Amino acid sequence: MSESSKTDRRNFLKKGAIGVTLAAAACGNLLCSCSSGEGGATAADTGDTVKLLTPDGQLVEVEKQHLKHVHVTEKVTQEQARQGIPGKKFVMVIDLARCNNARKCISACQKMHHLPDDKEWVTIKLMKDSPEEAPYWFPKTCFHCDNPPCVKVCPVNATYKRNDGLVLIDSDRCIGCKFCMTACPYSTRTFNWVESEAAPQDMATHHPGPEASIPARPGTVEKCDFCPDMVRMGKLPDCVSACPNGVFYFGDENEDVVTNGEETLRFSQLIKDRAGYRYMEDLGTKPRVYYLPPRDRLFPVKRGYDALPDEVKERYKDVL
Amino acid sequence: MEISKNQTAILQDFAPHLRKFSTRSGIWVGFLLAVIVVGMYALYLQIVKGHIVTGMRDNVVWGLYIVNFIFFIGISYGGAILAGLLHLFKVPWRRPIMRIAGLTAVVSAMIGPIFIILCIGRFDRLHYLFIHARLQSPIVWDVVAISTYFVGAVLFVYLFLIKDFAIYRDSEAVLGLPAWRQKLYRFLALNYKDTASQRRQLAMSRNLMALIMIPMVVVVSSVLSWIFGMTLRPGWHSTIFGPYFVLAAIYSGTGVIVLVMWTFRKIYHLQDYLTDKHFKYMGFILLALGSGYGYFTFSEYLTGWFGSERWDSEVLDKLFDPSEYGWWFLVSNIFTIVIPILVMAFKKLRTPNLITLAAMLMVFGMWVKRYLIVVPTLETPLLPVQDTRPEYIHYSATWVEWALTFAGFATFLLFFTLVAKLVTIVTVSDYNEEHQ
Repeated sequence: MSESSKTDRRNFLKKGAIGVTLAAAACGNLLCSCSSGEGGATAADTGDTVKLLTPDGQLVEVEKQHLKHVHVTEKVTQEQARQGIPGKKFVMVIDLARCNNARKCISACQKMHHLPDDKEWVTIKLMKDSPEEAPYWFPKTCFHCDNPPCVKVCPVNATYKRNDGLVLIDSDRCIGCKFCMTACPYSTRTFNWVESEAAPQDMATHHPGPEASIPARPGTVEKCDFCPDMVRMGKLPDCVSACPNGVFYFGDENEDVVTNGEETLRFSQLIKDRAGYRYMEDLGTKPRVYYLPPRDRLFPVKRGYDALPDEVKERYKDVL
Repeated sequence: MEISKNQTAILQDFAPHLRKFSTRSGIWVGFLLAVIVVGMYALYLQIVKGHIVTGMRDNVVWGLYIVNFIFFIGISYGGAILAGLLHLFKVPWRRPIMRIAGLTAVVSAMIGPIFIILCIGRFDRLHYLFIHARLQSPIVWDVVAISTYFVGAVLFVYLFLIKDFAIYRDSEAVLGLPAWRQKLYRFLALNYKDTASQRRQLAMSRNLMALIMIPMVVVVSSVLSWIFGMTLRPGWHSTIFGPYFVLAAIYSGTGVIVLVMWTFRKIYHLQDYLTDKHFKYMGFILLALGSGYGYFTFSEYLTGWFGSERWDSEVLDKLFDPSEYGWWFLVSNIFTIVIPILVMAFKKLRTPNLITLAAMLMVFGMWVKRYLIVVPTLETPLLPVQDTRPEYIHYSATWVEWALTFAGFATFLLFFTLVAKLVTIVTVSDYNEEHQ
């Protein structure tokens, strides 16, 4: 038991900021819920506990099931959110040779942004560019174009391009005309079709800022945002850190550096060495996402397909 | 003002229509209201449950609402430009048609924008279009264009009503209307007494507005087409979309005017006013516009098909494939191009009934054409869809969208029915001028 609680603790601490913030900000609540739990109304204790440090320096042991993820963001004003992070120019590199459709980026993104299961801001397409060419997995985020067709057509300045390169949506401004969705050539944007989408359970402990794009507003457009609230705190977007194969490299073009959490590389050198390219360059949208061609692949394509649940398999059956 | 014998005779013809509200019209209005009520219920569901009750999803984000928007706005532009041209060129047979064209313009300009509002996810934020307007956006161009156009069209039609209002006001004995109606006409006539200076001012304003309406229609229908043309989507991103939409708008508007003419001739027995000759002349206009429209259509699809770029081909394959949109594409082209031209080509076929039938099929075909512009392109994104949810792959309108569509058509008919009780369907004042 002590062994398992140790690993749990390690896992817990691995989550870094989330865990620490939890200890710092939400411990009072957790302790409360523990003591009230003794009344017997809540689920039985499993004995699976973690040790936490309270703000006043006490070490306490807490039932794991009482823990909640608290997502704390730095307080920024609406204006700062529209300006972007000074001095940065964010860029992403996606290594197609490493992707085996593990779909961890998708689930991490859904968790981070409180998306329902059927909504994917990050998608993985199975591409086959011509009949004779080999198929490959193609993870697709928002490309945060430097010449963004979506921003050009927005009638109310709800979607905007920031100085740090990100294209974001102000969901309090969006009128839901969906013009940006028709303008985006990459089908990046999704719409909140349901009027009363219930706020997620854990929303109570959530502190959304103007950069977090949560909770979802019905009748508005949303999309991949490169997790600007995480980035502002110097952390990687969740898809990047969740990927088991290190497919996504994220970084700053001004500093000329990108990292996938495991290795940190010089951006320009990576693009040069691996023949990086931007998807559909001929559209003139100038994406901020680069792809590395699927050469010397780590996995056969089939492996990313065989492990899938049938329902997901169905999506790719025309290609394979 | 002075009313000639001729005019009094016309007023006598129309007096029963202005005075009476028959049981037949009562049932008709009741039926239209019932259709509108069903539409209102559909709208209520859409507001409460969200756009999930429509067939629109993430790929096909625009559906019937946008189709109807283009359709009604196009009809309106057609009515306005036809009235403007007929007036400016002093076309001798224009008198019974001017009013119908003008009313068509105003009534459909009231319906069209409602559909764009239905398509917007947050119409509680509609005012953002004004307070946060971004001039770079084609939607803002459209908001500016359509609101300017609407004011222009109302003014234009009103200028052609003032003299008639003065005539109604001064024909109490002939019309025998209740006091409030007389009061209304007195107000709307703006103290028009047909003095020399008033007559000159009115004539000048009419000419000026007719002149303004022509370039205005060209601008507004081009702007409408640019909502599609400015995107990087196959089937939309086309340089001829501006003129193509202008022509299509005028064409479908002219068709609707023929339908309205035929309907009023039938129920009001206006054979003396709307003669066979009028239908034949309108038919010739349809012939000219239809040939132009056919030429644009041929040119648009030929270049796409011949060049056969990947994305163009994907959309065209859907339009040509009988298991997708092939039949509808064929029907639309036969109804909008072949039939109108054939009917006008043979002297024997140029009867009011057949011309009206051709116009009806053409108007329907133009509605289908708008559907074929909006939906297949949206079903063909540049990246593969790879989704298992059928409603995300194929658009299929729900009863909510159909109910609101029919409510839109019912509103059009209702407005026309009511306005025909308020004003004569021909311009009475025009029947006294020298040039006739």
